Amino acid sequence: MLRQSALVCASILLATGMVSAQPEVTVDTSQLKGPRPLEDQTKAAAIRDYLQSWQGMNEAFEQDQPNLLDEDFIGTAKDNLADAIDEQAKAGVQTRYQDRVHHIQFLFYSPEGLSIELIDDAEYDVQVLDHDKPVSTVPVSARYIVVLTPAEVRWKVRVMQADSK
Amino acid sequence: MKPTLTFLLLGLVLAVMQAARAQDETLNVPKSIEAGRAFSIQNPGSGEAILYIVGPGQVLKRTVQLGTSTSFPAGSVCNAGHYVVILAQASGTTAQSFDVTPANAPASLSFFAKPSRLPVGLHDGITGAVYVFDVYHNLIAAPTPVSFELSSPSGAVQRQLVSTHGGAAWTEMDSTSQQGSSKFVARAGDVSSARIISQVPGDPCDLKISAQPSGKELDLQTAPVRDCSGNAVPDGTIVTFTETYPGGQSTVDVPLKRDIAEVKMPPHDGATFTVASGVVLGNQIRWGK
Repeated sequence: MLRQSALVCASILLATGMVSAQPEVTVDTSQLKGPRPLEDQTKAAAIRDYLQSWQGMNEAFEQDQPNLLDEDFIGTAKDNLADAIDEQAKAGVQTRYQDRVHHIQFLFYSPEGLSIELIDDAEYDVQVLDHDKPVSTVPVSARYIVVLTPAEVRWKVRVMQADSK
Repeated sequence: MKPTLTFLLLGLVLAVMQAARAQDETLNVPKSIEAGRAFSIQNPGSGEAILYIVGPGQVLKRTVQLGTSTSFPAGSVCNAGHYVVILAQASGTTAQSFDVTPANAPASLSFFAKPSRLPVGLHDGITGAVYVFDVYHNLIAAPTPVSFELSSPSGAVQRQLVSTHGGAAWTEMDSTSQQGSSKFVARAGDVSSARIISQVPGDPCDLKISAQPSGKELDLQTAPVRDCSGNAVPDGTIVTFTETYPGGQSTVDVPLKRDIAEVKMPPHDGATFTVASGVVLGNQIRWGK
């Protein structure tokens, strides 16, 4: 009975889109440049923090809350995203970013350990709402160049910029 | 049966024609534009609609007149990235996308240089990494030449020219043989960024002591202490004198003063005096029988 209820709840949650599927992630380090070796722990932490940054970005855009970027973003990336959130709030627009696929390729680990650069061939859906009314949902496939820098306890995104494939 | 088939075929042809017409009426969006440049979007149809340009870097919304082109003046979209363009009208929405690429001219650099202080003569001891940005602080991903220059206090310059890969370039350089401040400069196009690297003498090299009787004691003194490149080792560096004699040992730590360390020790018969600084051992002197 309990199991049946759990299944029903899970079905409802999935049907209402309240639970978002985890994105598919692949990682490649064969193109890594730089004299500093990328240890497995560093790599895992960078991937974990980068993927979390997509969730943070989605929540910030969905809720029009630039302060939700603080945990994952820093510098130019944070400023640009915060400005975009301000712009959409003024226009009465809301955007939702649902990432589906990340093909992550590590590109560069700087010699002093203060930055990691990666390329992410990402696939995601952008949903646009105008005054809470859905306008359109567009599937996007884009290549992102990302630079991560270490903060107090985690890697933060300093540069996040889509590049022509 | 035959009229039904005819109707079906006619319907199919009409649907294909409708789809082709719809395709003709898609938004005319440039495939890519340079950051900050003016551009326009051709809106098909007639009537009024809302145009959205959406990307993580910027969000724009305009009410547009269909059948005309909407112009965006220079500076409208400055953040490089992938943007979705949605035209929403009563009959539905159409979507396109375009890329905003960074301007080609470098306007600023993020330059990481390490360490800020190191001993002279260290192979690949200095590293520099650079990210190249345009005037809007977009990372310039296209290969861009970057030069790294390390000027020694004597004026000699080490220079390396590398190309960025994905907006980043890096180098490794040897610290110079002369102590003092060196200027480490990264340059791309007309922009440069400089860091000061302080190079300090290395470990003492060829540590030598001499001994002279001075009353009842023995005056032990080092020759001027230099590193292997001939730079004077800084005052305050600890030099350890050790006297080992039958039945005992005594040790004295003395800081360098004006390149020399000096100490008076009691001369035991058959004693051996040695000197060391850090991991470097000097000569030894035997005294008495």
